[in-house]
Amino acid sequence: MELILSTLINGLSLGGIYAMIALGYTMVYGIAKMLNFAHGDIIMVGGYVIYVFMATKNPLLAVVMAVIFCVLLGIVIEKVAYKPLRGASPLAVLITAIGVSYLLQSLAQIIFGSANKMVTVYDFGSISFLGVTVQVSALVTLACTIVVMLALTLFVKCTRVGRAMIAVSEDKGAAQLMGINVNGIITITFAIGSALAALAGLFYLLKAPTISSTLGAMPGIKAFTAAVIGGIGSIPGAMLGGILLGMVECISYKITAIAPYTDAIEFSILIIILLVRPTGFLGKKRREKV
Amino acid sequence: MAENLILETRDLGISFGGLKAAQNVNIKIKKNQIYGLIGPNGAGKTTIFNLLTGVYKPTQGTFYLDGEELKGLAQDKINHKGIARTFQNIRLFNNMTVVRNVMVGLHDRPEFKCTVFETLFRLPRHFKVEKEMRAKAKELLRIFDLENDRNNLACNLPYGKQRKLEIARALATNPKLLLLDEPAAGMNPHETEDLVKTIRFIRDNFDMTILLIEHDMKFVQGLCDEVTVLNFGTVLAEGDTKTALSDPEVIKAYIGG
Repeated sequence: MELILSTLINGLSLGGIYAMIALGYTMVYGIAKMLNFAHGDIIMVGGYVIYVFMATKNPLLAVVMAVIFCVLLGIVIEKVAYKPLRGASPLAVLITAIGVSYLLQSLAQIIFGSANKMVTVYDFGSISFLGVTVQVSALVTLACTIVVMLALTLFVKCTRVGRAMIAVSEDKGAAQLMGINVNGIITITFAIGSALAALAGLFYLLKAPTISSTLGAMPGIKAFTAAVIGGIGSIPGAMLGGILLGMVECISYKITAIAPYTDAIEFSILIIILLVRPTGFLGKKRREKV
Repeated sequence: MAENLILETRDLGISFGGLKAAQNVNIKIKKNQIYGLIGPNGAGKTTIFNLLTGVYKPTQGTFYLDGEELKGLAQDKINHKGIARTFQNIRLFNNMTVVRNVMVGLHDRPEFKCTVFETLFRLPRHFKVEKEMRAKAKELLRIFDLENDRNNLACNLPYGKQRKLEIARALATNPKLLLLDEPAAGMNPHETEDLVKTIRFIRDNFDMTILLIEHDMKFVQGLCDEVTVLNFGTVLAEGDTKTALSDPEVIKAYIGG
Protein backbone atom coordinates (compact mmCIF):
# COMPACT_ATOMS: atom_id res chain seq x y z
CA MET A 1 0.00 0.00 0.00
CA GLU A 2 2.71 2.46 1.05
CA LEU A 3 4.72 1.38 -1.95
CA ILE A 4 1.80 1.99 -4.28
CA LEU A 5 1.12 5.44 -2.89
CA SER A 6 4.73 6.60 -3.01
CA THR A 7 5.16 5.18 -6.51
CA LEU A 8 2.00 6.97 -7.58
CA ILE A 9 3.20 10.32 -6.26
CA ASN A 10 6.70 9.93 -7.70
CA GLY A 11 5.29 8.71 -11.00
CA LEU A 12 2.89 11.61 -11.29
CA SER A 13 5.57 14.13 -10.45
CA LEU A 14 8.06 12.66 -12.93
CA GLY A 15 5.23 12.40 -15.46
CA GLY A 16 4.44 16.07 -14.83
CA ILE A 17 8.00 17.00 -15.71
CA TYR A 18 7.88 14.91 -18.89
CA ALA A 19 4.54 16.47 -19.75
CA MET A 20 5.96 19.98 -19.39
CA ILE A 21 8.85 19.21 -21.71
CA ALA A 22 6.56 17.32 -24.10
CA LEU A 23 4.36 20.42 -24.31
CA GLY A 24 7.30 22.32 -25.75
CA TYR A 25 7.86 19.67 -28.41
CA THR A 26 4.23 19.35 -29.29
CA MET A 27 3.42 23.05 -29.48
CA VAL A 28 6.40 23.80 -31.69
CA TYR A 29 5.51 20.83 -33.88
CA GLY A 30 1.86 21.87 -34.10
CA ILE A 31 2.65 25.44 -35.06
CA ALA A 32 5.99 25.45 -36.87
CA LYS A 33 5.66 21.83 -38.15
CA MET A 34 9.20 21.04 -37.03
CA LEU A 35 10.83 18.82 -34.41
CA ASN A 36 12.95 20.98 -32.19
CA PHE A 37 15.52 18.49 -30.98
CA ALA A 38 17.38 21.22 -29.14
CA HIS A 39 14.42 21.54 -26.81
CA GLY A 40 15.84 19.06 -24.27
CA ASP A 41 19.03 21.07 -23.99
CA ILE A 42 17.11 24.16 -22.97
CA ILE A 43 16.41 22.20 -19.76
CA MET A 44 20.14 21.87 -19.21
CA VAL A 45 20.71 25.57 -19.92
CA GLY A 46 17.98 26.42 -17.42
CA GLY A 47 19.72 24.20 -14.88
CA TYR A 48 23.05 25.95 -15.37
CA VAL A 49 21.48 29.39 -15.10
CA ILE A 50 19.98 28.29 -11.78
CA TYR A 51 23.42 26.99 -10.76
CA VAL A 52 25.03 30.35 -11.57
CA PHE A 53 22.42 32.43 -9.80
CA MET A 54 22.36 30.18 -6.76
CA ALA A 55 25.57 31.99 -5.88
CA THR A 56 23.21 34.72 -4.64
CA LYS A 57 21.56 32.14 -2.35
CA ASN A 58 18.18 33.27 -3.62
CA PRO A 59 16.28 30.36 -5.21
CA LEU A 60 13.44 32.54 -6.46
CA LEU A 61 15.80 34.92 -8.26
CA ALA A 62 17.63 31.94 -9.77
CA VAL A 63 14.42 30.44 -11.13
CA VAL A 64 13.15 33.72 -12.54
CA MET A 65 16.50 34.36 -14.22
CA ALA A 66 16.50 30.82 -15.65
CA VAL A 67 13.06 31.32 -17.17
CA ILE A 68 13.97 34.72 -18.63
CA PHE A 69 17.29 33.46 -20.01
CA CYS A 70 15.72 30.36 -21.58
CA VAL A 71 12.89 32.36 -23.16
CA LEU A 72 15.42 34.71 -24.75
CA LEU A 73 17.59 31.78 -25.82
CA GLY A 74 14.60 30.00 -27.36
CA ILE A 75 13.65 33.11 -29.33
CA VAL A 76 17.24 33.65 -30.51
CA ILE A 77 17.60 30.01 -31.61
CA GLU A 78 14.36 30.25 -33.56
CA LYS A 79 15.36 33.50 -35.26
CA VAL A 80 18.94 32.52 -36.06
CA ALA A 81 18.72 28.79 -36.78
CA TYR A 82 15.15 27.94 -37.79
CA LYS A 83 13.57 31.01 -39.33
CA PRO A 84 15.94 31.13 -42.33
CA LEU A 85 14.89 27.53 -43.04
CA ARG A 86 11.17 28.22 -43.15
CA GLY A 87 9.97 26.42 -46.24
CA ALA A 88 13.09 24.27 -46.49
CA SER A 89 12.78 20.50 -46.39
CA PRO A 90 11.86 19.10 -42.97
CA LEU A 91 15.07 17.07 -42.98
CA ALA A 92 17.23 20.20 -43.20
CA VAL A 93 15.41 21.71 -40.24
CA LEU A 94 15.70 18.50 -38.25
CA ILE A 95 19.45 18.29 -38.80
CA THR A 96 19.83 21.95 -37.87
CA ALA A 97 17.96 21.25 -34.63
CA ILE A 98 20.30 18.38 -33.82
CA GLY A 99 23.22 20.70 -34.56
CA VAL A 100 21.85 23.32 -32.20
CA SER A 101 21.49 20.62 -29.56
CA TYR A 102 25.18 19.65 -29.80
CA LEU A 103 26.17 23.30 -29.90
CA LEU A 104 24.40 23.98 -26.60
CA GLN A 105 25.91 20.88 -24.97
CA SER A 106 29.41 21.75 -26.15
CA LEU A 107 29.11 25.37 -25.06
CA ALA A 108 28.02 24.21 -21.62
CA GLN A 109 31.06 21.93 -21.42
CA ILE A 110 33.38 24.74 -22.46
CA ILE A 111 31.94 27.17 -19.94
CA PHE A 112 31.30 24.89 -16.98
CA GLY A 113 33.66 21.98 -17.63
CA SER A 114 32.68 18.37 -18.06
CA ALA A 115 32.48 17.43 -14.37
CA ASN A 116 29.11 17.23 -12.69
CA LYS A 117 28.21 20.23 -10.56
CA MET A 118 26.26 20.04 -7.33
CA VAL A 119 23.48 22.53 -6.89
CA THR A 120 20.93 22.44 -4.09
CA VAL A 121 18.18 24.84 -5.01
CA TYR A 122 16.05 24.39 -1.94
CA ASP A 123 15.73 21.52 0.47
CA PHE A 124 12.07 20.87 1.05
CA GLY A 125 12.79 17.75 3.13
CA SER A 126 10.30 14.94 3.28
CA ILE A 127 7.05 14.25 5.04
CA SER A 128 5.35 11.12 6.30
CA PHE A 129 1.78 10.64 5.30
CA LEU A 130 -0.32 7.55 5.97
CA GLY A 131 2.90 5.76 6.78
CA VAL A 132 4.48 6.77 3.50
CA THR A 133 7.53 8.99 3.30
CA VAL A 134 7.61 11.18 0.23
CA GLN A 135 9.89 13.97 -0.84
CA VAL A 136 8.08 17.29 -0.54
CA SER A 137 9.83 18.38 -3.73
CA ALA A 138 7.88 15.69 -5.60
CA LEU A 139 4.64 17.16 -4.31
CA VAL A 140 5.76 20.69 -5.17
CA THR A 141 6.67 19.54 -8.67
CA LEU A 142 3.31 17.85 -9.07
CA ALA A 143 1.43 20.95 -7.89
CA CYS A 144 3.44 23.27 -10.12
CA THR A 145 2.98 21.15 -13.22
CA ILE A 146 -0.77 20.98 -12.65
CA VAL A 147 -0.96 24.77 -12.30
CA VAL A 148 1.19 25.31 -15.39
CA MET A 149 -0.84 22.90 -17.50
CA LEU A 150 -4.13 24.46 -16.44
CA ALA A 151 -2.79 27.94 -17.16
CA LEU A 152 -1.56 26.87 -20.59
CA THR A 153 -4.86 25.23 -21.47
CA LEU A 154 -6.72 28.38 -20.46
CA PHE A 155 -4.29 30.53 -22.42
CA VAL A 156 -4.79 28.53 -25.59
CA LYS A 157 -8.55 28.25 -25.21
CA CYS A 158 -9.52 31.71 -24.00
CA THR A 159 -7.13 34.30 -25.37
CA ARG A 160 -6.69 36.08 -28.62
CA VAL A 161 -3.12 34.84 -29.08
CA GLY A 162 -4.06 31.29 -28.09
CA ARG A 163 -6.79 31.28 -30.70
CA ALA A 164 -4.34 32.55 -33.29
CA MET A 165 -1.96 29.72 -32.34
CA ILE A 166 -4.63 27.11 -33.03
CA ALA A 167 -5.52 28.82 -36.29
CA VAL A 168 -1.86 28.76 -37.38
CA SER A 169 -1.54 25.08 -36.51
CA GLU A 170 -4.70 24.32 -38.50
CA ASP A 171 -3.78 26.21 -41.65
CA LYS A 172 -0.76 28.48 -41.65
CA GLY A 173 -1.51 29.99 -45.06
CA ALA A 174 -5.14 30.77 -44.38
CA ALA A 175 -4.28 32.22 -40.97
CA GLN A 176 -1.75 34.57 -42.52
CA LEU A 177 -4.24 35.66 -45.14
CA MET A 178 -6.62 36.49 -42.28
CA GLY A 179 -4.06 38.96 -41.00
CA ILE A 180 -2.22 36.85 -38.43
CA ASN A 181 1.49 37.44 -38.12
CA VAL A 182 2.63 33.83 -38.35
CA ASN A 183 6.25 34.57 -37.47
CA GLY A 184 5.12 36.39 -34.35
CA ILE A 185 3.01 33.41 -33.30
CA ILE A 186 5.94 31.04 -33.86
CA THR A 187 8.16 33.27 -31.70
CA ILE A 188 5.59 33.21 -28.90
CA THR A 189 5.39 29.43 -29.16
CA PHE A 190 9.15 29.05 -28.80
CA ALA A 191 9.11 31.46 -25.86
CA ILE A 192 6.43 29.46 -24.03
CA GLY A 193 8.13 26.13 -24.77
CA SER A 194 11.47 27.41 -23.49
CA ALA A 195 9.92 28.81 -20.32
CA LEU A 196 8.41 25.39 -19.64
CA ALA A 197 11.79 23.75 -20.29
CA ALA A 198 13.47 26.10 -17.80
CA LEU A 199 10.92 25.07 -15.17
CA ALA A 200 11.55 21.43 -16.03
CA GLY A 201 15.25 22.12 -15.38
CA LEU A 202 14.34 23.41 -11.94
CA PHE A 203 12.29 20.31 -11.15
CA TYR A 204 15.13 18.05 -12.25
CA LEU A 205 17.47 19.83 -9.87
CA LEU A 206 14.94 19.43 -7.07
CA LYS A 207 14.82 15.70 -7.80
CA ALA A 208 18.56 15.13 -8.08
CA PRO A 209 20.88 18.05 -7.31
CA THR A 210 23.59 17.40 -9.90
CA ILE A 211 23.97 19.00 -13.29
CA SER A 212 26.06 18.20 -16.34
CA SER A 213 26.00 19.25 -19.96
CA THR A 214 23.94 16.20 -20.92
CA LEU A 215 21.26 16.75 -18.28
CA GLY A 216 18.67 17.51 -20.93
CA ALA A 217 19.46 14.75 -23.41
CA MET A 218 17.59 11.80 -21.89
CA PRO A 219 14.61 13.78 -20.54
CA GLY A 220 14.40 15.42 -23.96
CA ILE A 221 14.13 12.10 -25.75
CA LYS A 222 11.72 10.70 -23.15
CA ALA A 223 9.50 13.76 -23.41
CA PHE A 224 9.59 13.56 -27.19
CA THR A 225 8.49 9.94 -26.85
CA ALA A 226 5.70 11.11 -24.55
CA ALA A 227 4.61 13.72 -27.08
CA VAL A 228 4.47 11.11 -29.84
CA ILE A 229 2.58 8.63 -27.66
CA GLY A 230 0.03 11.30 -26.83
CA GLY A 231 -0.23 12.38 -30.44
CA ILE A 232 2.25 15.01 -31.55
CA GLY A 233 0.67 18.41 -32.08
CA SER A 234 -1.96 17.79 -29.42
CA ILE A 235 -1.60 19.68 -26.13
CA PRO A 236 -3.74 17.34 -23.99
CA GLY A 237 -1.95 14.47 -25.74
CA ALA A 238 1.44 15.71 -24.50
CA MET A 239 0.10 15.90 -20.95
CA LEU A 240 -1.36 12.41 -21.16
CA GLY A 241 1.75 10.90 -22.75
CA GLY A 242 4.03 12.56 -20.19
CA ILE A 243 2.06 11.31 -17.20
CA LEU A 244 1.83 7.82 -18.71
CA LEU A 245 5.56 7.60 -19.35
CA GLY A 246 6.43 8.93 -15.89
CA MET A 247 4.17 6.36 -14.24
CA VAL A 248 5.62 3.51 -16.30
CA GLU A 249 9.15 4.60 -15.45
CA CYS A 250 8.50 4.75 -11.69
CA ILE A 251 6.63 1.46 -11.58
CA SER A 252 9.31 -0.27 -13.59
CA TYR A 253 12.07 1.03 -11.29
CA LYS A 254 10.26 -0.43 -8.29
CA ILE A 255 10.19 -3.94 -9.74
CA THR A 256 13.69 -5.31 -9.25
CA ALA A 257 13.51 -7.89 -12.02
CA ILE A 258 12.85 -5.37 -14.79
CA ALA A 259 14.39 -2.22 -13.28
CA PRO A 260 17.54 -2.33 -15.45
CA TYR A 261 15.35 -2.45 -18.56
CA THR A 262 13.26 0.59 -17.69
CA ASP A 263 14.35 2.71 -20.66
CA ALA A 264 13.87 -0.21 -23.04
CA ILE A 265 10.38 -0.77 -21.67
CA GLU A 266 9.44 2.87 -22.16
CA PHE A 267 10.58 2.97 -25.75
CA SER A 268 8.94 -0.39 -26.45
CA ILE A 269 5.66 1.12 -25.32
CA LEU A 270 6.18 3.80 -27.93
CA ILE A 271 6.67 1.20 -30.63
CA ILE A 272 3.64 -0.82 -29.57
CA ILE A 273 1.38 2.21 -29.37
CA LEU A 274 2.52 3.45 -32.76
CA LEU A 275 1.77 0.02 -34.25
CA VAL A 276 -1.78 0.18 -32.95
CA ARG A 277 -2.42 3.90 -33.26
CA PRO A 278 0.06 5.52 -35.66
CA THR A 279 -1.10 9.02 -34.70
CA GLY A 280 -0.75 8.47 -30.94
CA PHE A 281 -3.59 8.61 -28.47
CA LEU A 282 -5.04 12.00 -29.27
CA GLY A 283 -3.37 12.72 -32.59
CA LYS A 284 -5.46 13.82 -35.51
CA LYS A 285 -6.08 11.37 -38.27
CA ARG A 286 -5.07 12.91 -41.51
CA ARG A 287 -7.23 11.93 -44.40
CA GLU A 288 -5.48 11.78 -47.69
CA LYS A 289 -7.33 13.61 -50.40
CA VAL A 290 -7.91 11.52 -53.47
CA MET B 1 -5.11 58.64 -60.98
CA ALA B 2 -8.85 58.55 -61.47
CA GLU B 3 -10.81 59.15 -58.31
CA ASN B 4 -12.59 56.41 -56.38
CA LEU B 5 -10.37 53.62 -57.63
CA ILE B 6 -10.12 50.98 -54.92
CA LEU B 7 -7.94 48.55 -56.83
CA GLU B 8 -5.67 49.24 -59.73
CA THR B 9 -3.26 46.72 -61.20
CA ARG B 10 -0.62 47.92 -63.62
CA ASP B 11 0.82 45.33 -65.98
CA LEU B 12 0.59 42.80 -63.18
CA GLY B 13 2.12 39.43 -63.99
CA ILE B 14 4.06 36.45 -62.77
CA SER B 15 5.98 33.70 -64.46
CA PHE B 16 7.02 30.40 -62.96
CA GLY B 17 10.18 29.51 -64.79
CA GLY B 18 9.16 29.73 -68.45
CA LEU B 19 5.45 29.57 -67.77
CA LYS B 20 3.77 32.94 -67.87
CA ALA B 21 0.81 32.33 -65.56
CA ALA B 22 -0.34 35.93 -65.86
CA GLN B 23 1.00 38.86 -67.79
CA ASN B 24 0.16 42.51 -68.37
CA VAL B 25 -3.06 42.33 -66.41
CA ASN B 26 -4.61 45.75 -65.91
CA ILE B 27 -7.73 45.89 -63.78
CA LYS B 28 -9.40 48.99 -62.41
CA ILE B 29 -12.11 48.59 -59.81
CA LYS B 30 -14.12 51.53 -58.56
CA LYS B 31 -15.46 51.85 -55.06
CA ASN B 32 -18.60 49.82 -54.33
CA GLN B 33 -18.38 47.89 -57.57
CA ILE B 34 -19.01 44.19 -57.81
CA TYR B 35 -16.40 43.14 -60.33
CA GLY B 36 -16.09 39.75 -62.00
CA LEU B 37 -12.90 37.98 -63.00
CA ILE B 38 -13.79 35.20 -65.40
CA GLY B 39 -12.20 32.93 -67.93
CA PRO B 40 -11.78 29.27 -68.83
CA ASN B 41 -10.00 26.81 -66.53
CA GLY B 42 -6.32 27.60 -66.11
CA ALA B 43 -6.71 31.16 -67.35
CA GLY B 44 -4.89 32.52 -64.29
CA LYS B 45 -7.79 33.83 -62.23
CA THR B 46 -6.73 32.35 -58.92
CA THR B 47 -3.15 33.34 -59.75
CA ILE B 48 -4.33 36.96 -59.81
CA PHE B 49 -5.94 36.46 -56.39
CA ASN B 50 -2.70 34.99 -55.09
CA LEU B 51 -0.79 37.98 -56.43
CA LEU B 52 -3.22 40.46 -54.87
CA THR B 53 -3.03 38.78 -51.45
CA GLY B 54 0.74 38.36 -51.37
CA VAL B 55 0.82 34.56 -51.69
CA TYR B 56 2.86 35.09 -54.86
CA LYS B 57 5.15 38.03 -55.45
CA PRO B 58 4.62 39.59 -58.88
CA THR B 59 7.55 39.27 -61.29
CA GLN B 60 6.08 42.04 -63.40
CA GLY B 61 4.04 45.15 -62.73
CA THR B 62 2.46 46.29 -59.50
CA PHE B 63 -0.88 47.01 -57.86
CA TYR B 64 -2.45 49.70 -55.72
CA LEU B 65 -5.17 49.53 -53.10
CA ASP B 66 -6.87 52.86 -52.56
CA GLY B 67 -3.83 54.58 -54.07
CA GLU B 68 -1.27 52.74 -51.92
CA GLU B 69 1.20 50.37 -53.54
CA LEU B 70 1.06 46.94 -51.88
CA LYS B 71 3.41 44.96 -54.08
CA GLY B 72 5.90 42.87 -52.12
CA LEU B 73 4.18 43.03 -48.73
CA ALA B 74 3.65 39.82 -46.73
CA GLN B 75 0.21 38.23 -46.67
CA ASP B 76 -0.72 39.42 -43.19
CA LYS B 77 0.40 42.99 -43.96
CA ILE B 78 -1.67 43.08 -47.14
CA ASN B 79 -4.63 41.86 -45.14
CA HIS B 80 -4.10 44.68 -42.64
CA LYS B 81 -4.06 47.16 -45.51
CA GLY B 82 -7.50 45.95 -46.53
CA ILE B 83 -7.62 42.97 -48.87
CA ALA B 84 -9.35 39.85 -47.61
CA ARG B 85 -10.23 36.71 -49.50
CA THR B 86 -11.98 33.37 -49.55
CA PHE B 87 -10.62 30.23 -51.19
CA GLN B 88 -11.60 28.09 -54.14
CA ASN B 89 -11.17 24.98 -51.98
CA ILE B 90 -12.63 25.97 -48.65
CA ARG B 91 -9.91 26.56 -46.08
CA LEU B 92 -11.63 27.04 -42.77
CA PHE B 93 -10.05 26.21 -39.43
CA ASN B 94 -11.91 22.92 -39.38
CA ASN B 95 -11.42 21.90 -35.77
CA MET B 96 -12.42 25.27 -34.37
CA THR B 97 -15.97 26.34 -33.73
CA VAL B 98 -17.77 28.63 -36.14
CA VAL B 99 -17.62 31.62 -33.83
CA ARG B 100 -13.91 31.11 -33.16
CA ASN B 101 -13.21 31.01 -36.88
CA VAL B 102 -14.66 34.49 -37.16
CA MET B 103 -12.79 35.62 -34.07
CA VAL B 104 -9.51 34.64 -35.73
CA GLY B 105 -10.47 37.06 -38.49
CA LEU B 106 -10.95 39.75 -35.85
CA HIS B 107 -7.50 38.97 -34.42
CA ASP B 108 -5.55 41.97 -35.60
CA ARG B 109 -8.15 44.70 -35.62
CA PRO B 110 -6.74 47.57 -33.61
CA GLU B 111 -9.83 47.92 -31.43
CA PHE B 112 -9.32 44.37 -30.19
CA LYS B 113 -5.62 44.67 -29.43
CA CYS B 114 -4.63 43.79 -25.92
CA THR B 115 -1.12 43.80 -24.51
CA VAL B 116 0.60 40.60 -23.41
CA PHE B 117 0.62 42.05 -19.90
CA GLU B 118 -3.13 42.53 -19.91
CA THR B 119 -3.70 39.01 -21.17
CA LEU B 120 -1.29 37.28 -18.80
CA PHE B 121 -2.62 38.97 -15.72
CA ARG B 122 -6.21 38.72 -16.87
CA LEU B 123 -6.88 42.41 -16.39
CA PRO B 124 -10.46 43.58 -16.91
CA ARG B 125 -9.60 44.82 -20.37
CA HIS B 126 -8.76 41.29 -21.46
CA PHE B 127 -12.26 40.09 -20.59
CA LYS B 128 -13.86 43.20 -22.06
CA VAL B 129 -12.04 42.69 -25.35
CA GLU B 130 -12.91 38.98 -25.48
CA LYS B 131 -16.55 39.83 -24.88
CA GLU B 132 -16.55 42.51 -27.56
CA MET B 133 -14.91 40.17 -30.04
CA ARG B 134 -17.50 37.50 -29.35
CA ALA B 135 -20.31 40.02 -29.79
CA LYS B 136 -18.84 41.32 -33.04
CA ALA B 137 -18.39 37.76 -34.33
CA LYS B 138 -22.00 36.94 -33.51
CA GLU B 139 -23.16 40.06 -35.32
CA LEU B 140 -21.32 38.92 -38.45
CA LEU B 141 -22.70 35.41 -38.14
CA ARG B 142 -26.23 36.79 -37.92
CA ILE B 143 -25.85 38.39 -41.34
CA PHE B 144 -25.02 35.01 -42.81
CA ASP B 145 -27.71 33.20 -40.87
CA LEU B 146 -25.06 31.17 -39.07
CA GLU B 147 -25.80 32.35 -35.55
CA ASN B 148 -27.39 29.09 -34.48
CA ASP B 149 -24.40 27.11 -35.73
CA ARG B 150 -21.89 29.21 -33.85
CA ASN B 151 -20.79 26.48 -31.43
CA ASN B 152 -20.50 23.74 -34.05
CA LEU B 153 -17.14 22.78 -35.45
CA ALA B 154 -16.56 24.36 -38.84
CA CYS B 155 -15.95 20.97 -40.45
CA ASN B 156 -19.43 19.79 -39.45
CA LEU B 157 -21.23 22.55 -41.35
CA PRO B 158 -22.90 21.74 -44.66
CA TYR B 159 -21.03 22.94 -47.71
CA GLY B 160 -23.10 26.04 -48.43
CA LYS B 161 -22.71 27.26 -44.86
CA GLN B 162 -18.97 26.65 -44.96
CA ARG B 163 -18.77 28.98 -47.97
CA LYS B 164 -20.75 31.59 -46.08
CA LEU B 165 -18.55 31.21 -43.02
CA GLU B 166 -15.46 31.83 -45.13
CA ILE B 167 -16.98 35.11 -46.30
CA ALA B 168 -17.87 36.05 -42.71
CA ARG B 169 -14.32 35.30 -41.57
CA ALA B 170 -12.86 37.40 -44.39
CA LEU B 171 -15.22 40.28 -43.57
CA ALA B 172 -14.14 40.09 -39.94
CA THR B 173 -10.71 41.41 -40.96
CA ASN B 174 -12.42 44.66 -41.99
CA PRO B 175 -11.25 44.83 -45.61
CA LYS B 176 -11.74 47.54 -48.20
CA LEU B 177 -11.74 44.97 -50.97
CA LEU B 178 -13.19 41.49 -50.65
CA LEU B 179 -11.96 38.76 -53.00
CA LEU B 180 -14.31 35.81 -53.47
CA ASP B 181 -12.88 32.78 -55.26
CA GLU B 182 -15.79 30.89 -56.84
CA PRO B 183 -18.29 31.66 -54.09
CA ALA B 184 -21.13 29.85 -55.89
CA ALA B 185 -19.18 26.69 -56.72
CA GLY B 186 -21.11 23.59 -55.73
CA MET B 187 -24.20 25.49 -54.68
CA ASN B 188 -27.69 24.63 -55.84
CA PRO B 189 -29.76 27.31 -57.67
CA HIS B 190 -31.59 28.25 -54.51
CA GLU B 191 -28.37 28.72 -52.53
CA THR B 192 -26.89 30.70 -55.43
CA GLU B 193 -29.86 33.06 -55.43
CA ASP B 194 -29.37 33.52 -51.72
CA LEU B 195 -25.69 34.24 -52.26
CA VAL B 196 -26.44 36.99 -54.78
CA LYS B 197 -28.57 38.71 -52.17
CA THR B 198 -25.89 38.28 -49.50
CA ILE B 199 -23.16 39.73 -51.71
CA ARG B 200 -25.33 42.76 -52.57
CA PHE B 201 -26.12 43.15 -48.88
CA ILE B 202 -22.40 43.14 -48.03
CA ARG B 203 -21.70 45.79 -50.65
CA ASP B 204 -24.49 48.05 -49.40
CA ASN B 205 -24.10 47.59 -45.66
CA PHE B 206 -20.33 47.30 -45.35
CA ASP B 207 -19.58 49.91 -48.01
CA MET B 208 -17.61 47.12 -49.68
CA THR B 209 -15.97 46.62 -53.04
CA ILE B 210 -15.98 43.04 -54.27
CA LEU B 211 -13.89 41.18 -56.83
CA LEU B 212 -15.08 37.68 -57.57
CA ILE B 213 -14.09 34.71 -59.67
CA GLU B 214 -16.98 32.67 -60.97
CA HIS B 215 -17.85 30.13 -63.62
CA ASP B 216 -21.62 30.44 -63.37
CA MET B 217 -22.34 32.95 -66.16
CA LYS B 218 -25.88 33.60 -65.04
CA PHE B 219 -24.55 34.47 -61.62
CA VAL B 220 -21.96 36.80 -63.11
CA GLN B 221 -24.46 38.51 -65.41
CA GLY B 222 -26.92 39.04 -62.61
CA LEU B 223 -24.41 40.40 -60.16
CA CYS B 224 -21.32 41.98 -61.69
CA ASP B 225 -21.16 45.58 -62.87
CA GLU B 226 -18.03 44.98 -64.89
CA VAL B 227 -15.83 42.01 -65.71
CA THR B 228 -12.36 41.18 -66.91
CA VAL B 229 -12.05 38.03 -69.02
CA LEU B 230 -8.75 36.20 -68.79
CA ASN B 231 -7.41 33.56 -71.13
CA PHE B 232 -3.93 31.99 -70.96
CA GLY B 233 -2.87 34.58 -68.41
CA THR B 234 -3.74 37.63 -70.48
CA VAL B 235 -6.74 39.93 -70.64
CA LEU B 236 -9.07 38.89 -73.44
CA ALA B 237 -11.84 41.39 -72.87
CA GLU B 238 -13.00 43.80 -70.22
CA GLY B 239 -15.69 46.29 -69.38
CA ASP B 240 -19.44 46.19 -69.00
CA THR B 241 -20.56 42.62 -68.22
CA LYS B 242 -23.06 42.14 -71.06
CA THR B 243 -20.79 43.57 -73.72
CA ALA B 244 -17.76 41.62 -72.59
CA LEU B 245 -19.64 38.33 -72.44
CA SER B 246 -21.02 38.73 -75.94
CA ASP B 247 -17.59 39.45 -77.37
CA PRO B 248 -16.96 36.79 -80.06
CA GLU B 249 -13.39 36.25 -78.79
CA VAL B 250 -14.73 35.44 -75.34
CA ILE B 251 -17.33 33.02 -76.67
CA LYS B 252 -14.65 31.35 -78.74
CA ALA B 253 -12.36 30.98 -75.73
CA TYR B 254 -15.10 29.39 -73.69
CA ILE B 255 -16.52 27.07 -76.30
CA GLY B 256 -13.15 26.39 -77.90
CA GLY B 257 -13.03 27.05 -81.58
